[in-house]
Amino acid sequence: MSEKETSETGTGNGAGAAPEAMVDVRNVQRTFQRGRTPVPVLRGLSLRMAPGEFLALMGPSGSGKSTLLNLIAGLDRPTSGEVIVGGAPIHRLSERKLAGWRSRNIGFVFQFSNLLGALSAERNVGVPLLLTSFSARERRRRVEIALQIVGLADRARHRPRELSGGEQQRVGIARALVNDPMLLVCDEPTGDLDRATSNEILDLLVALNRDQGKTILMVTHDPMAAERASRTLQLEDGRLAAGAEDDAIVTARPEAAGVGA
Amino acid sequence: MSSFTLISAALRRRKTRTFLTFSSVMFAFLIFGVLSMLQTAFSMGVDIANEDRLVVRHRVSLFQLLPQSYEAEMEAIPGVVDAMHFTWFGGVYQDPSNFFMQSPVEPAEYLDMYPEVSLPEAAKLRWIETRNGAIAGQALVERFGWEVGDRIPIQPTIWQQEGRGDEAWEFELVGVYDSDVEGFDKTQFLFRYDFFDEARSFGRGQIGWYSVRIADPDRAAEVATAIDATFQNSAAETKSESEGAFAAGFANQVGNLGLIVTSILAAVFFTILLVAGNTMAQSVRERIGEIGLLKALGFTATRVQRLVLMESVTLVTTAGFLGMVLAVGLERVLRPALAAYFPGLFLRPEDLVLGLGLAVATGLIVGIFPARRAMRLETALALRQL
Repeated sequence: MSEKETSETGTGNGAGAAPEAMVDVRNVQRTFQRGRTPVPVLRGLSLRMAPGEFLALMGPSGSGKSTLLNLIAGLDRPTSGEVIVGGAPIHRLSERKLAGWRSRNIGFVFQFSNLLGALSAERNVGVPLLLTSFSARERRRRVEIALQIVGLADRARHRPRELSGGEQQRVGIARALVNDPMLLVCDEPTGDLDRATSNEILDLLVALNRDQGKTILMVTHDPMAAERASRTLQLEDGRLAAGAEDDAIVTARPEAAGVGA
Repeated sequence: MSSFTLISAALRRRKTRTFLTFSSVMFAFLIFGVLSMLQTAFSMGVDIANEDRLVVRHRVSLFQLLPQSYEAEMEAIPGVVDAMHFTWFGGVYQDPSNFFMQSPVEPAEYLDMYPEVSLPEAAKLRWIETRNGAIAGQALVERFGWEVGDRIPIQPTIWQQEGRGDEAWEFELVGVYDSDVEGFDKTQFLFRYDFFDEARSFGRGQIGWYSVRIADPDRAAEVATAIDATFQNSAAETKSESEGAFAAGFANQVGNLGLIVTSILAAVFFTILLVAGNTMAQSVRERIGEIGLLKALGFTATRVQRLVLMESVTLVTTAGFLGMVLAVGLERVLRPALAAYFPGLFLRPEDLVLGLGLAVATGLIVGIFPARRAMRLETALALRQL
């Protein structure tokens, strides 16, 4: 399937079709060195994501999901190929510029929320704002809004150990949202949670996608989690799975975002 | 919320470990403060030594006497402005443990030679009027609770009075001297030479050592040589040296204090480098995932390095500062209590500044390697440790 078609089929549920891709990965290769042996992880992969899309990346361990996510989030660089996010060719940015770009444009949600134990929920959420020039008042406002969005406004002063696993993950999501990023990247966001709590977190992500128009890229092993995305891509051995390229980058499910939301 | 919030969070992560490291650094700096005080106390004379004063003693030893007639001869040497003398009296007040320096002096000459001594005018007059009059330093007076007018009996160990055997010398306290010069000895007991010379049973016309004021401190060595040359081949040859060298000779009778103190401090700081360095290294090792997270959120490598460095500097500097504050507190307690024994026991401002400088430097040295490690962490790899 061509890149154009990918983009067309990749429209999310909330924002509708957009003329320009939010994420445009072009023929990317990523090879790591293990000693003297080159280990190719991504082998000429291309994909596009439309603004407002909720894309799930699935695949067996070692298929290159996390590597691809790292490239799109600006945490790593391709060995060859191009990665354009929000119109910015991030594969060309210096380490320093890339850090600044991440702070403005990317919200990270990890498998473990990894909150700083000594800080309250609101302070944890405010950490990314340390890199901005917002006034103290504006920072407070943003933290409040982010906590409201994840439904934890009343737990702002609590320390992580006083929160449940699901609540901690929601604080992690609030931290990802506080800078109002254009892209949320989620690496196994429900990997450490039980089913009920996973559903809560997925409901929240779907709502963010649907109501706030957030573009979301989620890596997951869990087919039930992937079902909640508007589209799912399968990776195998560093490439999109057979059939995925031919079939509108696997499955677009515009209706999926509404499930459980 | 600021970067300091992150530093404080990192330090509070392992409270016990931070507390233990903090305490060891704090005590190291307390030791630094106390040793600096002791060093000052022992080398007091060296530090406050006046550059335009020489001390002239018998070439063989301080306890050999010199003729009093040398005074006039010395004053005739070019470059010498004035000379006056002291004699070690070595008497006992009530109990041999009540040690303090006693010496006969010529009152007017002494006060001229030591402008740093302040003595009320009335006391000066009384001293000149009273043959057995004596003055004592403020610290000494406080130690024994003396008051002006008191009669102070001093039992002789060297200088007996003519025809009186072991009988005590009786002095009348006519004044109390003080000094604004930090560390100046305020434990001396000084009485009139004419009274002493007339009453002593032997050694009339003999004195202990001279204090000599010179016109030009830059020519001190030259004048000292000229003085010694004048009395060469006489019955009592002299050895002239600067007041500082004389005092250092006295202080070093205990041993090379500077070397002892420096060696102890070097050992203490080496230990601190290991203790605090280990804490910081371990702290960064445990936080690799967290550091990866900060980098993912957009913290640059330089900023991460700065955070870790600031964490280490904050820990060591705060502990060091508190240690120095404790040392100052201890000085406030010990100084009045020990004033009569260690008149120069005080923490010099330059030692305080040195201590704080050392604290910052230690913090930087301790933090530099963990900070570099944090800076170089690859974000994607570090995140795997979340």
